[in-house]
Amino acid sequence: MTTLKEQTIIQEEFKNRMNEDELLNCMRCGFCLPSCPTYVESGFKETHSPRGRIALMKAVADGLIEPDEDVERSLDLCLGCRACEPVCPSGVKYGHLLEEARDIIIQNKKHSLPVKAVRSLVFNGLFPHQNRMRAAAGLLGFYQRSGLQSAARKTGMLNWLPKNLTAMEKVLPQVPKLKEMKNRPSYLSADKPIKKAAFFTGCLMDTMFLETNNATIKLLQLAGCEIHISQNQACCGALHGHSGEKQTAKSLAKRNIEAFEKLDADYIITNAGGCGAFLIDYGHLLKDDREWHERAVNFSQKLKDISEILYELEFHKKVNLELPGQIITYQDSCHLRNVMKTSTAPRTLLNSIKGIEFREMKDADRCCGSAGIYNIVESEMSMQILDHKMIQAKSADAAVIVTSNPGCLLQMKLGIEREGLSGNVKAVHIADILLEAAVDKKK
Amino acid sequence: MVDVQIKEKLIAVVGAENYDDSKAGRLVYSYDATPNFQSMPDAVISPRNTQEVSSILNICSSSGIPIVPRGSGTNLCAGTCPTEGGIVLLFKHMNKVIEIDEENLTVTVQPGVITLDMINEVEARGLFYPPDPSSMKISTIGGNINENSGGLRGLKYGVTRDYVMGLEAVLAGGDIIRTGGKLAKDVAGYDFTRLLVGSEGTLGIITEATLKLIPLPESKKTMLALYQDLEQAAKSVSKIISDKIIPATLEFLDQPTLKAVEDFAQIGLPTDVQAVLLIEQDGPIEVVEKDMQKMAEICKKQGAVSVQLANSEMEAEALRTARRAALSALARLKPTTILEDATVPRSEIANMVKAISEISKKYGLSICTFGHAGDGNLHPTCPADARDKDEMERVENAFEEIFIKAIELGGTITGEHGVGVMKAPYLELKLGQAGIDAMKAVKTALDPNNILNPGKIFAKDDRKRVVVAQ
Repeated sequence: MTTLKEQTIIQEEFKNRMNEDELLNCMRCGFCLPSCPTYVESGFKETHSPRGRIALMKAVADGLIEPDEDVERSLDLCLGCRACEPVCPSGVKYGHLLEEARDIIIQNKKHSLPVKAVRSLVFNGLFPHQNRMRAAAGLLGFYQRSGLQSAARKTGMLNWLPKNLTAMEKVLPQVPKLKEMKNRPSYLSADKPIKKAAFFTGCLMDTMFLETNNATIKLLQLAGCEIHISQNQACCGALHGHSGEKQTAKSLAKRNIEAFEKLDADYIITNAGGCGAFLIDYGHLLKDDREWHERAVNFSQKLKDISEILYELEFHKKVNLELPGQIITYQDSCHLRNVMKTSTAPRTLLNSIKGIEFREMKDADRCCGSAGIYNIVESEMSMQILDHKMIQAKSADAAVIVTSNPGCLLQMKLGIEREGLSGNVKAVHIADILLEAAVDKKK
Repeated sequence: MVDVQIKEKLIAVVGAENYDDSKAGRLVYSYDATPNFQSMPDAVISPRNTQEVSSILNICSSSGIPIVPRGSGTNLCAGTCPTEGGIVLLFKHMNKVIEIDEENLTVTVQPGVITLDMINEVEARGLFYPPDPSSMKISTIGGNINENSGGLRGLKYGVTRDYVMGLEAVLAGGDIIRTGGKLAKDVAGYDFTRLLVGSEGTLGIITEATLKLIPLPESKKTMLALYQDLEQAAKSVSKIISDKIIPATLEFLDQPTLKAVEDFAQIGLPTDVQAVLLIEQDGPIEVVEKDMQKMAEICKKQGAVSVQLANSEMEAEALRTARRAALSALARLKPTTILEDATVPRSEIANMVKAISEISKKYGLSICTFGHAGDGNLHPTCPADARDKDEMERVENAFEEIFIKAIELGGTITGEHGVGVMKAPYLELKLGQAGIDAMKAVKTALDPNNILNPGKIFAKDDRKRVVVAQ
C-alpha cells in the first residue's frame, strides 16, 4: 500500500526527476507492442505494454493521474527485458525511464519492517561484499553436501515453499567449495598473447557458477588473451539499479571503474548478459557526476561479452570445435541482445561446432521470464512466460539449450524440470559448451 | 463517470474482468498515435462477441454514452481518442480468423485480428491480401476498415476499401446488420459496405468482415533509385506511370527522412543523396524483370545518380521495414512529430513536392517528406516541439497552406489517415458546405443520439486547427 502522503511525494519526484524529453520522445506509434512479453501474456493489456507504461509515467509527471496501486502494478510487472528498445524507431530509452520511475517509487515508499530488513540485507549487506557472497554460497554448498538437502527433500520439508521455489531448489548448481571460490589468481598468461583482457568475474558467476568463469578464462586464453583479474572489483549493481536502489548501484559502479582503470586492459570481458547491460550503461548511471561520467564512459567502451570477443578474435576459426551429434539451440539473454546488441556472435560460435546441428527455436529473442529476481517476486507471470518458452524449446527438439546469463540459465533449468525433461535436455552456459567442444583445449 | 446502475448492466453483459474503470486502465486508452491529443474515457470494455457488442450499444444509446471503437490505437488522426469521454471498446477477444475460403478467394475475420497475422495466414495458402499499412504488424483489421487504410502497395493494388466484400456491423441502437457477402456482383440496395469502410466508427461498430483475396504474385523485385535533386525523383514517378508501368510500390524518401531512418535501422541506406525512390514490382518473373529494367532506365534518364537492385529478399524486406518505420524514426529528431497525408493526383506529385519545400522555407520549418509517391499520397512531416507555442503556430499555418495547395492541384486533405478530430476543421475545404451537410444527414439518420465516436469527422465549429488548441 502506498499512502496518500507518499503518493504526493512520488508525484512531485516524477515531475522533477523524470526526463521530459525522453517521455515526449515516445510518439505512441505502438511499434513496441508485439515485442513486449507482458503485453502479449496479459492478453493485450495496454497497461502492461511499453507504450502504456510510458504514458502512465508521463501522466504521473504531468499530474494527470496519481501514482496509485495500478500504476505501480503496471511498472512492477515489467520484466525490464528491454525488447521494446531495439524495435523503437524513435529510439526511446525505455530502460532508463523505468529505472528512474522504480527508484522514485521505492525510495519514497515506507516498507514494512520485514521487507525493509530483507531489502537492506540483500542489497547492502550481501551483494556488495564478495566475501559475504562467497559465505552465503558456501552455506548453500554446505546444505547440498552435508546431507541436509537430501534430508530436506525426503522429509517433504520443502513442500512448505512456494512451488517454483521448490523446483528452483532442485536446479541450483552444485556450489564449489569455499576454498575454490577464494583461489582466484589475478593474472593468467596466454601462449602468444595478442590482447590484454580484464575479466569482470561477477558476484553470482564467481560463486555459484565458478566453473563457467573458469571456462571463460580458458576460452580467452585459447583466443590469445592474457587475463587480468582485479581483486577490488564488486557486484555490477544491476540488481540494485533494477530494484530502485540507485545510490548503491552508483557506489558499486565507482568501485568497478576504479578497479579496472588500474589494469589498463584492451577489453573488459563479462560472461553475464545481465551484468554486461548494466556495466555498459555506467555512463548513463553517472551522467550527472562530473568527476565520474567520463571515466564511466571509458570503462563502458572497453566492455565486451565473451561471445563477442571470441567472435572478433576469430576463436572459432583458430580452435577446432567438435561435439557428438546432437541438436543445440540458443536462448538469447535479453540484456545481451537488446542492450549490448550481441546476438549473432553466440550463434556463429555455436554454428562452428562440428558434429552438431544448431537449430533456432521460435521466439528465441523473447524473454524467458527470469529477469533478475522477477521469477521469485512475480512468479505467476514468470512461469506463464516460461511455459510458453518451453513449448518453443520442445518443438526445436534440442538436447541442449545454450544461454549467456546466469539468470536465464537457472530459468531454463527450471523450465526443463517443470516439463519433466531432466535427463533428456540440459541447459548450459555458452562458455561451458564451447570449452567442452574445444578439441585441443589441453595445450 | 458511468452511472453505477449502467456500470452494473454493462458488467452483466461482459463480465467484471472485461470492464475497467480504474484510472490507470483508462489512461492507457486516452490516446492513439496522434500527437497532442489525449482525453480520458470513462470506462474500457472488451466484449467477447457480436451479441455483447449489440447489448452494449443498446445500453449506451438509451443513456447517451459515447462509444469509441479501438483497434491497436495506431491511427494518425485522433480517430480513437475519446475526446468526449464515454466507453472505449476493445476487440482483443474478437481476434480470430474465422475462415479462409479457397473456392471463393475470401477470408472472414473478426475485427481484432492483427493485420500482419492475417496476411501471414493467407499467404501460407498461396493467397494475397495486398493492403499493407505501415503499422500492419500492430494494427487490427477492424482499425484498417474503419480508417480505410492504405499502404505501400496501394498504387497497384488499391487500399482496404477495395478488398472489403462484406461486413457485419452493429448499429447505434444495437441492431445487427450484414452487408455484401462473398459475391463478385451484388447490387441489392445501397452499398453499405463501402459506406462503413472509412467511417471511423461513426456509423456502426464493425464486428466481422469478409475480405477479398487474390493469388499471391509468383515473384517480386526491389530496387532503390538515388537522386541529388528532389524534383527529378518526383518527375521519375510521373514518367514511370505515363510510360504505362504500374509498379507494386513506388515510395519516396527525402534526405532528412533517410538520415533518421538509417539512424534507427542501420542497414546502409544512402544518406548522402537528396532523395531516393523505393521501387518494387511483382508478378510473373519475365514481366517483373522487364518492368524493373525499364523503370531503372527511366530513373537514370530523369537524373538518378544510381539505381541499385536488392540482392536478396532479406535485403528487400529490410528496405520495406525501414520505410515503414519512417514516421516513428522522424520522431527521434524532436519531441513532437506532426505528420500529414495530403494527396494529389499522381501527375501533380512534382508540383506538390516543390510546394511543400517552398512552404517549409516560408515558415522557417524543417519539413521532411516521404510517402507513397506512386499514388500521389505524400507524408510531409514536421519535427517540432509542442512546448514552443510560436513554432506550433507556424506549423499550423504551414499545414493549412499545404492542404490548400493540395486541393488546388485536384487533391485531398487526407489520403489514408482519415479525418478524425485532427483534420475535421479542414474537411470543408475538400467537400464544401453541401458535401458536409449530406454527410451529416447520413450520420444523423444512422446515429440520431450521436453516441458513435462523437466529435470525429465533423468539426464543432469552423476554427481551423491541426495542432494548435485554443
